[in-house]
Amino acid sequence: MSRRALAGPPQNTNRFAMHDVLSRTKPISADTRIRITARDVNVFYGATQAIRTISMDIPDCAVTAFIGPSGCGKSTFLRCFNRMNDTIEGARVEGRIEIDGEDIYTPDLDVVELRARIGMVFQKPNPFPKSIFDNVAYGPRIHGLVRTRGETEEVVERSLQRAGLWKEVKDRLHEPGTGLSGGQQQRLCIARAIAVGPEVILMDEPCSALDPIATAVIEELIDELRTNYTIVLVTHSMQQAARVSQKTAFFHLGKLIEYGDTEQVFTRPAERQTEDYISGKIG
Amino acid sequence: MAEIDKSGQSAMIDQADERRHIIRQGLGRRRRNEAIFRSLGLAAALSAFGFVVVLFGNIVASGLPAFWQVNIETEVTFDPEVVNIEERPVLQPGQSVAEYRREDLAWQRRVSLANWNALIEAAIRQHAPDSDVDTRSILSIVDPNARFVLRDMVIENPGIVGETVPIRLLGSANADNWIKGTIDRSLPDHRQQLSPEARALADALHEEGVMRMRFASHLFTNVDSRVAPASAGLAGAFMGSLYMMLIVIVLAVPIGVASAIYLEEFAPQNRLTDLIEVNINNLAAVPSIVFGLLGAAVFINVFGLPLSAPLAGGLVLTLMTLPTIIIATRSSLRAVPPSLRQAALGLGASHTQMVFHHVLPVTYPGILTASILGVAQALGETAPLLLIGMNAFVANIPTSPLDQSTALPVQIFLWQGNENRNFFEPRTFATIIVLLGLMLSLNALAIYLRSRFEKRK
Ligand SMILES: Nc1ncnc2c1ncn2[C@@H]1O[C@H](COP(=O)(O)OP(=O)(O)OP(=O)(O)O)[C@@H](O)[C@H]1O
Ligand SMILES: [Mg+2]
Repeated sequence: MSRRALAGPPQNTNRFAMHDVLSRTKPISADTRIRITARDVNVFYGATQAIRTISMDIPDCAVTAFIGPSGCGKSTFLRCFNRMNDTIEGARVEGRIEIDGEDIYTPDLDVVELRARIGMVFQKPNPFPKSIFDNVAYGPRIHGLVRTRGETEEVVERSLQRAGLWKEVKDRLHEPGTGLSGGQQQRLCIARAIAVGPEVILMDEPCSALDPIATAVIEELIDELRTNYTIVLVTHSMQQAARVSQKTAFFHLGKLIEYGDTEQVFTRPAERQTEDYISGKIG
Repeated sequence: MAEIDKSGQSAMIDQADERRHIIRQGLGRRRRNEAIFRSLGLAAALSAFGFVVVLFGNIVASGLPAFWQVNIETEVTFDPEVVNIEERPVLQPGQSVAEYRREDLAWQRRVSLANWNALIEAAIRQHAPDSDVDTRSILSIVDPNARFVLRDMVIENPGIVGETVPIRLLGSANADNWIKGTIDRSLPDHRQQLSPEARALADALHEEGVMRMRFASHLFTNVDSRVAPASAGLAGAFMGSLYMMLIVIVLAVPIGVASAIYLEEFAPQNRLTDLIEVNINNLAAVPSIVFGLLGAAVFINVFGLPLSAPLAGGLVLTLMTLPTIIIATRSSLRAVPPSLRQAALGLGASHTQMVFHHVLPVTYPGILTASILGVAQALGETAPLLLIGMNAFVANIPTSPLDQSTALPVQIFLWQGNENRNFFEPRTFATIIVLLGLMLSLNALAIYLRSRFEKRK
């Protein structure tokens, strides 16, 4: 018997189902401001090249989804936008990335300020080994965004509520954040990131550990944040990309294969590779 | 079609059976390896524990008797014939303080010259009225410093002269040996420490209850003494060790931790920091006696610090402890997962904020352990202290780190080389117990601090 039969049906992400989902998203209007521009970006880990000459414009007030098979460089490219690759030993970024027209790789740029403006939710939940409250309050505190205890409590409650975690943790705010379940930790990290009120939010598979209900809460949050912020979302779920994003970028082996309006990418992909990936033939 | 399916299915079942069989076979071997490894580990842990128990048991068993010493409880009559002294001078109107001091000291000297031993002899003779023991034999069972006890009583309260008061005097080291049996009682006369008369007298007094064991609290309040081993104590050495410990804690811990943090978190990667790093690692391997030599050359000869002072000793031990603390602190910093650092940086924390808000708090236990290890190691060090003169005989309790002093491990070294072995061997072990006690309390303090810190989080 073939392995296929034992492995069960292939991941069904066929285009007809996708069409139903897509009917909810509207392509963004042409006059949308461009928030992030990347030009000829290369990223190396030591001698190996993880990102190969990618150029891309990411619009404001929209969700841009990064999709592609595991190891294709989505996280690496995402990390270029808040210079997190600087913290990885051996990583080197080439090319030009501008946010609001400002080159973020000039030597005199203050990365601390940059990262305060550009929030990030990491692929692996990484709460601080401190209380749930302190996890969320940390960002606003160091940036001086809250002055009184009352303000802090307000920000913490609002952030946790938006991340859909408030009900579960409101009675245990002073227990360690590391004691939460994996999915709760991920939502805690989302709450922690949005508590600072960043202008751009980079989310690396924020729903990978979440059940459908929590996923729906996060997607709602993303949708709501979109009205004011720029969101870049890495996801392995085609459905999710189709549901929440306006732009979709498909990566393969460190290259940007296709980038366009989500509706177009999912219904009329220009590239053969994209079509194969979306319909489950590769990846 | 169905046929094929069936045979295919049964083939698969066979395969599954076979796979299970293979796994089960391998399982036996895996379990065996596991059991062997576990029992080896257990044996290692048990033998380590056994060694510790034997070691500690031996130390405690040998050292505990030294905490009790023979005392002579009797009554002394301060015979005015013997203690024939005039009134203590008082400050006259119109007399200068310096002059008064001089007079007072002269008076004290005259008091010292009184024949206090005669009082002691008389006090002991009342318990053996008939015997004709000679004076030397009588005094040989009493601690030579006993006369100073009487003298001090009179200086304290001159009105005592002419009265008979109950008193407790230390027995001599030799009498202690005899009563405790730390010397072989069947040895011939010429190999005994006490004369036959003195031994008989000691036995009689012991029988009578005049000579009895008492807790040797003077061990903790007196300093070392050459003439009167029975009343020698380790207060001087204890204070010396305590001062050095404080110096090491105050200097080595902050400097070590700060340089570890700098080297690990902030220093640029270049030739210079590489050189520093290699040298720190090498320093950790330098024998401690070399540090002593270095200390003698630098702290004493160049900087002119006083010889035998805990300050010089503490500085030498600080140098010795620094590499230990730096290396251990760095390795605990390196063990912090990068995801924690990224979480902080990603929120816009500065590098310094990341280190102090997130990295350091999770490494406190490791840093604390490293510091304790370093300080404990320094506390037990002897060789470098010998080279800066801390084995000198010091007759005063040091009142500051600049006073001459010795240290507990050095005191152990000195006492274990004393010629009155029978008496000093248990004392050596008693000193070890005190040293271990000091270390254990240091450890307990660290554990307390750590648990308090964890609770606060
Ligand atoms: N810290 C690193 N050091 C060296 N190579 C790395 C490092 N991080 C990622 N890579 C390599 O870079 C390539 C891209 O990795 P990246 O994490 O960006 O993939 P990804 O698209 O996010 O994959 P996934 O969907 O599994 O998260 C991979 O080949 C990976 O092995
Ligand atoms: Mg990734």
